[in-house]
Amino acid sequence: MTGGDTTGVHVTRAEVCVVAVAECFRGDGEILANPIGTIPMIGGRLARATFEPDLCMTDGEAALIANDRAVVDPGDRVYEYWNPYRSMFDWVWSGRRHVMMGATQVDRHGNQNLAAIGDYARPKVQLLGYRGAPGNTINDTTSYWVPNHGPKVLVPAVDTVTGICWDRAAALGDGSRFVEIRRVVTNLAVLDFETPDRTMRLRSVHPGVSIDDVVAATGFDLVVPPEVPSSRLPTATELELIREVIDPDATREREVPDPD
Amino acid sequence: MTHKVMTEDEVVGRLRSGMTVAIGGWASRRKPMSIVRAIVRSDIDDLTVVTHGGPDLGLLCAAGKVRRAVYAFVSLDTIPLEPHFRAARQSGAIEDEPLDEGLFHLGLQAAAWRVPFLPSRVGLGSDLLRDNPRLTTFTSPVPGPGGREPEELVAMPAIELDAALCHLNVADRRGNAMFLGPDLYWDDLMLQAAPTGGRFISAEKVVDTAELAGHGTLHQMRISRMMVDGVVDAPGGAHFTLCDPEYPRDEAVQRAYAASAKSPEAWAAFRAEWVDISEDEYQRKVREAAA
Repeated sequence: MTGGDTTGVHVTRAEVCVVAVAECFRGDGEILANPIGTIPMIGGRLARATFEPDLCMTDGEAALIANDRAVVDPGDRVYEYWNPYRSMFDWVWSGRRHVMMGATQVDRHGNQNLAAIGDYARPKVQLLGYRGAPGNTINDTTSYWVPNHGPKVLVPAVDTVTGICWDRAAALGDGSRFVEIRRVVTNLAVLDFETPDRTMRLRSVHPGVSIDDVVAATGFDLVVPPEVPSSRLPTATELELIREVIDPDATREREVPDPD
Repeated sequence: MTHKVMTEDEVVGRLRSGMTVAIGGWASRRKPMSIVRAIVRSDIDDLTVVTHGGPDLGLLCAAGKVRRAVYAFVSLDTIPLEPHFRAARQSGAIEDEPLDEGLFHLGLQAAAWRVPFLPSRVGLGSDLLRDNPRLTTFTSPVPGPGGREPEELVAMPAIELDAALCHLNVADRRGNAMFLGPDLYWDDLMLQAAPTGGRFISAEKVVDTAELAGHGTLHQMRISRMMVDGVVDAPGGAHFTLCDPEYPRDEAVQRAYAASAKSPEAWAAFRAEWVDISEDEYQRKVREAAA
């Protein structure tokens, strides 16, 4: 079975992921949509170019720009605001931001690890560090992008909690009132935390992926509802925007190669 | 009128083993690499390095100069993880003081403002409070926004520095300087947090004060001579990190640097080729490679 031949045009897995990322930002309004990574940036741009026109987005460097294209040469950028590194924390701490981060590990509660694999004091593998994850998750809506869905990434418990989850937020009481871990988009599926105990749930599977595939690639018991829809395909307009305007160099296909 | 022009080695002569040193720039961008290389060649060690880490921290780790790293991330940008820093962490060679990027900001700001800490919500619920025992929580002495009950907050302690090292685009001989790229990062904060006598900048160009403003706009004149004790005339001083708009990152040299983490022999070879040489010779090699 191929992904998305229903329209007569083959839609790649990467393009399904782009739409799933875009859907994360639906309803966010005039805030900083801050997706980090290749497909996240393309998905954020798609949301702004279609159903969330008021989103603000970065050039990946030190400015907010109005361009639809994901990666823009400096001379072609339509600048809206100078946004040096330090200004980013004004958005982070004021809550006018929805960040989509990567995660070397993410667990069933939505804890994220970017810092180290193994014992933190003497790690087996040192990673990037805490980066801005503690501040992002306690202040802003947060989603995650996992381009390599597997049991070593979606783990029962992360080794170090850099980004906090629903569970830890609940234990903090009022201090965590701004926490929202919204969604995890992977190369196989879309996951969320819309369960009574805020543990991870299978929200949709990408075309060409079975529920069993997702369960097998997940290192913990995922909540699987009786009916799991297929992830939404791009409309003809969205597909044209992705291919012609936002990512004409098809960088998305290098991040998530098409299984077909 | 005080002129502050000095060499990299004269800057290193003002540093001591055991100091806490902040290094400006961000990842593999606008790092004061000529001063960092001079530290590597010196007998100074046991440093606590405070940085948005890149090859500055990695190089000092590889050379055994680091006792403790204070950082939120360490990256080479185009090579996401810093191999020399990773090796130091994984072998237990250095002490580790992790921060969140925003807390890092508050710690420098607290030091600059001479207050013991600044409050934040950042870190609550995460393992940062486990892994950095200098971070503590307290109950706010005042009600929360909108009259809410006083809440639990994190006290980010002042990051007390002995020295700060930054690379800027243009400076005058007295220590006024400008950044010409898109981002100052936290260079000004680091220079403000460091004590008088320990604040050093290198610059791509050193010009007369009357010419300084002509190199950019008023808004880019963010380093005042009140923040600076020494100025190094260092064209190419950030190489192999990028220095907008003067030059991009030298990816070939960065790749060679990263590959040298593979073995002690590889590191010794890189060090002999790119570190244990004079700054003049280094810049000549860079020019020859580009020609």
